[in-house]
Amino acid sequence: MRKVYLSIVGFSLLCRLNSYAQTKQDTSLHTRPAVSLYTPVNTPDTATYNPRRLHIDEIDFVSSYYHQNGDHSAVTGGIGTERVTDISNGITLNFVWLNKMMNKNTLSVGLGFDYHTAASQAYVSATGASSPSGTRIYPSLDWTAENAKKGNSFGLGAYASSEYNYNSLGADFHFSQKTADRNGEFTAKLQGYFDEVKLIYPSELIPNTTSSADGTVVTSASGTVISGSGSSHKASIPSSPRTTLSASFSYSQMINSRLQIMFLGDVVTQHGYLGLPFHRVYFTNGKDTVEHLPSSRFKLPVGFRLNYFLGDNIIIRSYYRYYADSWGVRSNTIGLEVPYKITPFFSISPFYRFYNQSAARYFAPYEAHSPTDEYYTSNYEYSKFNANFFGVGFRIAPPNGVFGWQGLHEMEIRYGHYSQTTDLVSDVVSLSLGFK
Amino acid sequence: MIKRLVSVTACIFLMLLATSCVHLKEYQKSRLNDSEMALGNRKVEKNELNFESYREAASGANAGKTGGGCGCN
Repeated sequence: MRKVYLSIVGFSLLCRLNSYAQTKQDTSLHTRPAVSLYTPVNTPDTATYNPRRLHIDEIDFVSSYYHQNGDHSAVTGGIGTERVTDISNGITLNFVWLNKMMNKNTLSVGLGFDYHTAASQAYVSATGASSPSGTRIYPSLDWTAENAKKGNSFGLGAYASSEYNYNSLGADFHFSQKTADRNGEFTAKLQGYFDEVKLIYPSELIPNTTSSADGTVVTSASGTVISGSGSSHKASIPSSPRTTLSASFSYSQMINSRLQIMFLGDVVTQHGYLGLPFHRVYFTNGKDTVEHLPSSRFKLPVGFRLNYFLGDNIIIRSYYRYYADSWGVRSNTIGLEVPYKITPFFSISPFYRFYNQSAARYFAPYEAHSPTDEYYTSNYEYSKFNANFFGVGFRIAPPNGVFGWQGLHEMEIRYGHYSQTTDLVSDVVSLSLGFK
Repeated sequence: MIKRLVSVTACIFLMLLATSCVHLKEYQKSRLNDSEMALGNRKVEKNELNFESYREAASGANAGKTGGGCGCN
């Protein structure tokens, strides 16, 4: 009887302990002995997960090597070497968070850095003594708020670029609205760039006197200012403004499950100093001066993109643009790229781009301008020419990361060869890495 | 005359395309959502667009920059 009584009490205690164990929080982590085979796993409690929190969504890195050669440099009046080497590196950090309305916000912070060497740059000085190299740094900032319910987004952007002879500040406002069925989208972007061109003249053409707020000074390409008393000191070189305002519009539409199209158009107006002070022009009489172009320019490019998914692994990406401006340039651009998906995560993309343009009415080659011309330039950017650009790109985006590195979710490598009928040829190799 | 005819034909073709679109459900957009089908420039093209805009008189209508930067060299 005693045994039965003790068994009932014991069973009752076990049941109470079990029920206690199920209702009370487990504090065993703190009561376990110092030496134990049990290893607690300190994984964060999912209750603390906050999808609204600011986090880095993606980091993009783009690097390029560009090399060109030609024989029509604008610095030497349409003759002379155009050899240029440029190395560009840019990084963009994309931050994402949700606001109180659960709208997605994206903040993109970018920084770019270029280093170049240009053979013609040395001939800003008549003796070829100027520095043939230079750098450019260009930070950018863009914020976009997206309302998924209404299908719209809007945002603001800011941009800056700084080089020895050129500074630029820019800002934009952009807006997009999807159609009710979410198969189409309209976007608009208003941009303004406010640039300053430093008035660095070819050494033999430096004005005898340059007036500034501080008085009358003589400037040199190196930035040395020689004052009236004969003493020289380093000071800022006078500059001239250039303003670019543009409105960009696009409308994209899904036609069917394999085809989509986008119409694009910009309206661009420029005012200010639109030439460059170290571009020489040689007249028919053999005398030289610096190029002189109108102080305003209106540009109107319109185009479309059309992408088609052919079969299961071929995509056709096409592009056409027509361009006209108030300087008399008319241009057509046709682009075709055919990515072939070798696997769902690896594609190879050969591409071809054809470009042609008519000459601006102010262009003439070396020693072809008349001294009586109002506007003149020998910059072959404004000449009549055709250009061909072809190459191939590779894209790798495996689900377990590139080279098995989970953080690197995408890699693109692209090579292109560019040639103009002006004899300018160039090669460019680019690498893009996307980190998550 | 031939150029104008080609332009008009292209416009009519594009308008027909735009008006003959079908309503797509989300699950029917798998091909259109493929990264290679994006109606924009690739990230890796960024510096190509840069040098093209400096070596050619035309620029714009490619969702890229329409100003800023010298491109002097």
